[in-house]
Amino acid sequence: MAEPKPKTFIGRSVPRLEDRPLLTGQGRFAADVNFPGQWTMRVVRSPIAHGRLRNVDASAALAMDGVHAVWTFADIAHIPPIPFRLTGLKALEPYQQRVMASDFVRYVGEPVAVVFADNAYVAEDAADVIELDIEPLPPVMNATDAPGPFDAVQSTEPDVLRKGYGDVDAAFEAAHAVVALELSVGRHSGVPLETRGAIGFYNEALNRLEMHGAAKVPHWNRDTMGRMLGRTRDNFHLFEGHVGGGFGIRGEIYPEDVIVCAAALHFKKPIKWIEDRREHLISANHSRQQTHRIRAAIDADGRILAIDDEFFHDNGAYMRTHAATVPDLAAAMLPGPYRVPAYRATAHIRLTNKTPCGTYRAPGRYESTFVRERLLDAIAAKVGVDKAEIRKRNLLPKSAMPYALGLETLGTHIVYDSGDYGLLLDKALDRAGWPQLQKDIARRRTNGEQVGAGVAMFVEKSGLGPFDDVRIEVKSGGTIELVTGAASVGQGIETAMAQICAETLGVDYTTVNVIHGQTDRISRGLGAFASRVTVMTGEATKRASTKLRQHILKLAAELMQAEPTQLDIVDGDIVRTGGTPGPSMKLADLAAARPGELIAEDTFESTHMVYPYGVHVAAVRVDAETGGVAIEKYVMAYDVGKAVNPMLVEGQIAGGLAQGIGGALFEEFLYDENGEPLSVTFADYLMPTAHEVPESSILITEDAPSPLNSLGLKGAGEGGTNPVGAVIASAIDDALQMPGAIVTLPVTPQRLRAICKKK
Amino acid sequence: MTDKTAITLTINGKDHKVSVEPRRTLADAIREDCGQTGTHIGCEHGVCGACTVIVDDAPVRSCLMFAVQAEGKKIRTVEGLADGDKLHPMQQAFMDNHGLQCGFCTPGFLMLAVGVLEREPDISDEALIDVLSSNLCRCTGYQNIIKSVRAAAAEMRK
Repeated sequence: MAEPKPKTFIGRSVPRLEDRPLLTGQGRFAADVNFPGQWTMRVVRSPIAHGRLRNVDASAALAMDGVHAVWTFADIAHIPPIPFRLTGLKALEPYQQRVMASDFVRYVGEPVAVVFADNAYVAEDAADVIELDIEPLPPVMNATDAPGPFDAVQSTEPDVLRKGYGDVDAAFEAAHAVVALELSVGRHSGVPLETRGAIGFYNEALNRLEMHGAAKVPHWNRDTMGRMLGRTRDNFHLFEGHVGGGFGIRGEIYPEDVIVCAAALHFKKPIKWIEDRREHLISANHSRQQTHRIRAAIDADGRILAIDDEFFHDNGAYMRTHAATVPDLAAAMLPGPYRVPAYRATAHIRLTNKTPCGTYRAPGRYESTFVRERLLDAIAAKVGVDKAEIRKRNLLPKSAMPYALGLETLGTHIVYDSGDYGLLLDKALDRAGWPQLQKDIARRRTNGEQVGAGVAMFVEKSGLGPFDDVRIEVKSGGTIELVTGAASVGQGIETAMAQICAETLGVDYTTVNVIHGQTDRISRGLGAFASRVTVMTGEATKRASTKLRQHILKLAAELMQAEPTQLDIVDGDIVRTGGTPGPSMKLADLAAARPGELIAEDTFESTHMVYPYGVHVAAVRVDAETGGVAIEKYVMAYDVGKAVNPMLVEGQIAGGLAQGIGGALFEEFLYDENGEPLSVTFADYLMPTAHEVPESSILITEDAPSPLNSLGLKGAGEGGTNPVGAVIASAIDDALQMPGAIVTLPVTPQRLRAICKKK
Repeated sequence: MTDKTAITLTINGKDHKVSVEPRRTLADAIREDCGQTGTHIGCEHGVCGACTVIVDDAPVRSCLMFAVQAEGKKIRTVEGLADGDKLHPMQQAFMDNHGLQCGFCTPGFLMLAVGVLEREPDISDEALIDVLSSNLCRCTGYQNIIKSVRAAAAEMRK
């Protein structure tokens, strides 16, 4: 009889383990969590962008049937401001947000009071009759204006970040030419389809406080909110259910999470808060809004000698958990895949009377890739070469890898771990049929069509450490339980981790049950952000699975009277190898024989991120009459080192593209001059639909596995989004035959018509 | 406004006797009063379509309909699609084609697509994209949703 062959799962597009409950209506999202006797919380938000809060009169609300309590700042004054999670510069600390406004309101949407009532309908009725006495003050609406007062002590420019290397001034003096641009990216955000929600539950018998509806970083939030509320790891736990999209914005600590937990503890009642869509659009993190003034010094062939970028980052009214993360990443990742001998970035972190900001998929990179790639296009125009050629001239060669950029971000030195950027550019241009595309465009132009093509390149970052733990156990019955401190925001980590575990251990991936986002199941964890899970949790899973396999074979060897080296695990059976005679043993039987013993835990630590890279090519048709842009062709090439599940990687890239298109053409949070938000429904904040997102061609390559983990993994979550604004702008320029025409994202029909009229 | 009316909602063939305020949305009644939380609420202003259910054979946004308006009508939600353990062809197609990621918009897309294909089994590709553009998804970029619905349409025609 032939020996059974071990099954491979890594690299296969197997169906997702997550899908069945989600397809049958059995998901458990935040709004689906209910406790008997719960109260509903409704937040009363400032209708004024900037003002002195003189009084909150809740008497009418408190007189209503079904209303239990109203809290204002006085009730939560003992709770400290929400601390920083990442890039927490000291100078920014005075700008942290309290969970409710005290003396001043600083953006429309800021919590000023909360109502606790029997249900959502009564709570909303009560919130409507709470009277706010606010003396309006002039709002600060432009981050590029001269800094002014934020309050009596602080300025609207809390800090200026500076990054760089090399002698920038000397390079500009010696330059053949200088190319200078001013470019802006609009204010957008992740806007997951599930709004935020949190349910606080205090179990008095066990003195245990719980928060349900957690996402992204449950352990950090447990520890941090615990400190804010006087709870410990032993008596405070966070629970992640299904999460309706993350994209960077969901799962950070927001004021409402803290209030829900404080109220559950105070009233000893379950407290449920589910955000409505208007609230989401004015109070969950915004992102992206920056204005860059960038210059490049170049030689006669268009080779970059130096880049000098000064930019203004509009962070809204407070510094939330991400602190300086977005401007820091924008400055640190701006050089991208090119050789930039000298570099200087000056980032003005600015406060305005708008919704506070945080990260959104490809944070800082969507912005700085737009800026850098616009610059490359401008250099190409200046020296009169093709956009693909100018990039080839400036790319870092494969021989430069690993490449220390000489900059730091997120507490790590940026070292591009591996990459062959030129090869990927060739592959992407080939996939797009670039020469034929150029011929087709030229022919169509002679017929009067406004068509054009663009190309953009980028380097992403992923796999942020410093650690991840994974514990794996064979349970009685033979199923495998994998517990991790990572989190799921809907991206498919259960399937990916199950694949790595199953192949390493020797079981079917459908027998692996992945537990994540539960702080009572594993003592520490870093969650899901920065495209880190597949890399960090993936490698930790590989290690723990390897350890468990060795342990199983050792225990089995005793029972099967063999050497561990004579045994293998194949599809859940412990079998004898090399023709050794004797019966095999089921994993379930070993688990029954040694209950609680088939368990292993391991950790992966990493001090460096890993750097995937990509190329997008787009072809568009512009309608000068309507200002509309039709995307006719879209190619994405992305090198992820090793794709655990190519179907899921493609899913990430395709979904990222839709969000990138939103930011490039449609989505923008607008305000009037008084700071009144104008984008408060899905009829004003326009997300792409099935009509606007084109069919795309996705090329996943594995030419540059990461040397920093055993599988060669790099993260795939953000490469679909990163360069979309850049490549669409490049293609529109080409369609209009106006190099450098696009300087602002999104390219809305109004903006595009205005440009066409200038032509 | 807050006086309650006793009504019967027929969801997936089962009667639910509930008492609701006239202003209570069908979406809230399905979720809170009838405990069928597979129908999701994404915007409450009729744009995202996450709350789509089938009422008397037509897909409707249950956030834009009052519960009292649905009395006497046949309501179908995502919980009623599968036949025991056997998934509906639409559910199976979404699984086979990676037509979902976070899964929040999925019940709305399933009910929209099933409702439309039951009425128009031979719908053209162009008209299908028109229909699907009435719901929002933030994860998939739509291409796999379109693929899933096309695959299910072929299966449902068999």
